[in-house]
Amino acid sequence: MTLPRDQILGRLKSALDRENRPPEAARARLRDRPAGLIPERGQGAPADRLALFAAEAERVEATVARIPGPAALPREVARYLAETNQPPALRAAQSLADVDWSSQPMLKVTGGTADGADNCSISRAFGGVAETGTLVFLSGPDNPTTLNFVPPTHIAVIRAADIAGDYEAVWARLRAEAGGGAYMPRTVNWVTGPSRTADIEQTLLLGAHGPQRLHIVILDDDATP
Amino acid sequence: MTQPSVGLFVTCLVDLMRPATGFAAAELIEAAGFRVEVPAAQTCCGQPAYNSGNTEDTRAIAKQVIAAFEGFDYVVVPSGSCGGTLRKHYPELFAADAAWQARAESLADKTFELTQFLQEHAKSNEKLLAWEVAATYHDSCSGLRELGIKGQPRELLSKVDGLSLIEGQEAETCCGFGGLFCVKYGDISEEIVSAKVADIDKTGADLVLGGDLGCLMNIAGRLKRLGRPTEVRHVAEVLAGMRDAPAIGEPDG
Amino acid sequence: MDSTTRQFKDNARGALDDAQLQNALDKLGRGFPLKRLEAAARLPEFERLRDQAREIKNHVLDNLDFYLEAFEAKVEAAGGQVHWCADADAARRTIGEICKAAGAKTVTKSKSMIGEEIAINDYLENEGIEPIETDLGEYIIQLRREPPSHIIAPAIHLSMGQVEETFRESHADLDPDRALDEPRKLLEEARTRLRDRFLGADVGLTGANMLIAETGSNVLVTNEGNADLTYSLPRVHIVIASLEKIVPTLEDASTILRVLARSATGQEMSVYTTFCTGVRRPGDLDGPEEYHVVLLDNGRSKLLGTESHEMLRCIRCGACLNHCPVYRSVGGHAYGWVYSGPMGAVLIPGLIGMDEAAHLPNASTLCGRCEQVCPMRIPLPRMLRAWRHKLYESRRTGALGRWALEGWAWLARRPRLYRLIMGLGVAGLGMLGRRRGRFRRLPLAGGWTGGRDLPAPEGDTFIQQWHKGARGDASGERLRRRGR
Repeated sequence: MTLPRDQILGRLKSALDRENRPPEAARARLRDRPAGLIPERGQGAPADRLALFAAEAERVEATVARIPGPAALPREVARYLAETNQPPALRAAQSLADVDWSSQPMLKVTGGTADGADNCSISRAFGGVAETGTLVFLSGPDNPTTLNFVPPTHIAVIRAADIAGDYEAVWARLRAEAGGGAYMPRTVNWVTGPSRTADIEQTLLLGAHGPQRLHIVILDDDATP
Repeated sequence: MTQPSVGLFVTCLVDLMRPATGFAAAELIEAAGFRVEVPAAQTCCGQPAYNSGNTEDTRAIAKQVIAAFEGFDYVVVPSGSCGGTLRKHYPELFAADAAWQARAESLADKTFELTQFLQEHAKSNEKLLAWEVAATYHDSCSGLRELGIKGQPRELLSKVDGLSLIEGQEAETCCGFGGLFCVKYGDISEEIVSAKVADIDKTGADLVLGGDLGCLMNIAGRLKRLGRPTEVRHVAEVLAGMRDAPAIGEPDG
Repeated sequence: MDSTTRQFKDNARGALDDAQLQNALDKLGRGFPLKRLEAAARLPEFERLRDQAREIKNHVLDNLDFYLEAFEAKVEAAGGQVHWCADADAARRTIGEICKAAGAKTVTKSKSMIGEEIAINDYLENEGIEPIETDLGEYIIQLRREPPSHIIAPAIHLSMGQVEETFRESHADLDPDRALDEPRKLLEEARTRLRDRFLGADVGLTGANMLIAETGSNVLVTNEGNADLTYSLPRVHIVIASLEKIVPTLEDASTILRVLARSATGQEMSVYTTFCTGVRRPGDLDGPEEYHVVLLDNGRSKLLGTESHEMLRCIRCGACLNHCPVYRSVGGHAYGWVYSGPMGAVLIPGLIGMDEAAHLPNASTLCGRCEQVCPMRIPLPRMLRAWRHKLYESRRTGALGRWALEGWAWLARRPRLYRLIMGLGVAGLGMLGRRRGRFRRLPLAGGWTGGRDLPAPEGDTFIQQWHKGARGDASGERLRRRGR
């Protein structure tokens, strides 16, 4: 008995005349990974890129704050939670472990994964894409995926320098940082605005299953927190 | 100097249902400086058979059309869908027959939908005639999407004094005619043409124009059933100033 | 799922008489197409990106075997497993076995059209495993035990009142006097209800918008975030995908993503686009411990090189449904099976058979709007015609229609006889109809005159008139008539 795998592949290979047509073009494509057409929109100077990123994110109902650097993060978080009438508690990713929250003693900060009871999480984006105001998160021990989705409010922290013009630039950086090793984490999440649905009479509602609020905090300074 | 010749493929619907459109087309082509001939060997382009999957009969009909029209300098069709059949689909029919394919392609190359032909050959910017009316234009699907007809009729109409064109939001949406579709799936066709009529109503136009008699009969049929006074005409009739022919679905005199 | 495609005409009649459905369809017709247009206008490169997306998929189809093998190797390297399934039955059994091996009692699901195609929910229920749809629209129609009516907006046919009714019935443990009179309240109730189900599920079952050969990843696109809770919380993640979903690289996926949401909902990008690769990594605090890709053929490998070949480029965006005058008149359920609209009319005959689906390729005006908006530029009208040809050749076209068509074609090939018979016909009709200018009723024309008058012919045919007078005279007379 032939295995379904061999049966399916056999059918494909004979339909494609594989014996006489080696897949050279495909081999080359996987090796060279040519980029397609990249829209002009995101290709401005860094300052324009940053402005475009913020504008596009706000267009899809995210809120955006720019602060000078990581030292100002606790104050911004406390301000945001107070302004939106939320309890001063958050589940923070390990990737933000270096932040000194002591300037905001009212803020209760815990680590770990989201457990369904949390109101707010804070995690760190690996990159941003100005083209569509998209955040890119990588899963890992210091940035659990569930933090991006389970609590109703999500605060995303991103360095200004990590905001690229297009998706391709973020993929290139991901590969480069892996230094030739395996580069895909278990999960890469592109997030473009807060969760939404229009499944009931095409009425747009925010906060379907993922966060109802997405607050993006851009760190202007290059120093890591 | 002898005038270049145009074989007028009048289409079966115009031939049988509305000769006025054919006369208007002939007059416009003549006015543009061409000699019009109407081969008596024409019946239909074969589209109903083609769209029903009956390729064999379509091929036979196509051969007849090719033979009757290949001697002219140009072939002009007052219909986007029949024009599309000659231009786009005839060559596809003969993929396995090189000799006929070459003939089909050579016919396709010199075949034009009426407004396309006039826009290219009747180069005059003066106002042709006067027709005081608020009109809207229905872009029939094959003309629009197979032949790219959109600006041509509008530019020609802009030379008609007193005619104002109000665009419907859904001008590019199908009217639901679809050839045999309108009788095979009459219920659905009726729903689609009702939406088309609602869009026409919104424009407030008194006259609906288009380049395909099938669509126009469908739209007129629905308008008349609803008791609307809105008139429907083929664009050629307005361009030729043919006021004496009653609008589609209207009684004589 | 059992099909009711044979009853397409009756289904359509019912849909046309359903005022509530017509309301929903009107809204759809005004919404999505306009938003798509706006999104396209905001991106000057949109048309060129469509060309590139088409080229990527064409290249994939030329190398489908190569990319699938490369994908499988990458999945295995990331600790996952690929299960090749020839048909729906094999896929169902494979999923059932994985669930049983995991000791699963509940399976959360994010929307998957392949899941619908193989009717996985019915199968799991029969096996004693509870499938829970988590996309809000899918959740609603699962409670109502209905199939989706749109490939990206499954509950588009329902009104808020119907959803309220369903929730009151299905959530019978809640206070019967609670207010559910606005969409927000319905969403809150579903969200709360599903929260515990997410946290308690043993297996998460998702579809895939794409599979990536370079990395062994599956791509998931949602707006709600339900897919992300589906794969990240349970211990086992199963992906069901058909084999044409493969793309070569992350770059290629990015290009296709640039046209997907814009074509579908008119968004620049959907809210959540996720790339899942294998199992949770050492040190990860969350993510699944098992990763299975159930790769479904279900007849697709046989389409390579046939008239339906280009259909394998489809990325299931729904643009062809949103722009189709027939879909917009009757909605998705009339089509009688999982898919609908132009893409459904092309796919369904191949999946459930021409006898069952004979209506679908015919129930189209061939207006070409679908091809115009398809991000992958699939020539849907040409493919519908190809099915019509097959139906005709295999004598599945109705006998009366065939007879009429062939009789007419016979006549059309004999111009003199045609002229004689048609001339008499229109002269008669012209005489009968000229006084009113139209007919309200005509024998054998019921399809037309049900809702439309039939404009009457003028009387003499154009060709008779043209050839009666000398050409020059005729034109002179016309000019005189005009001056009159």
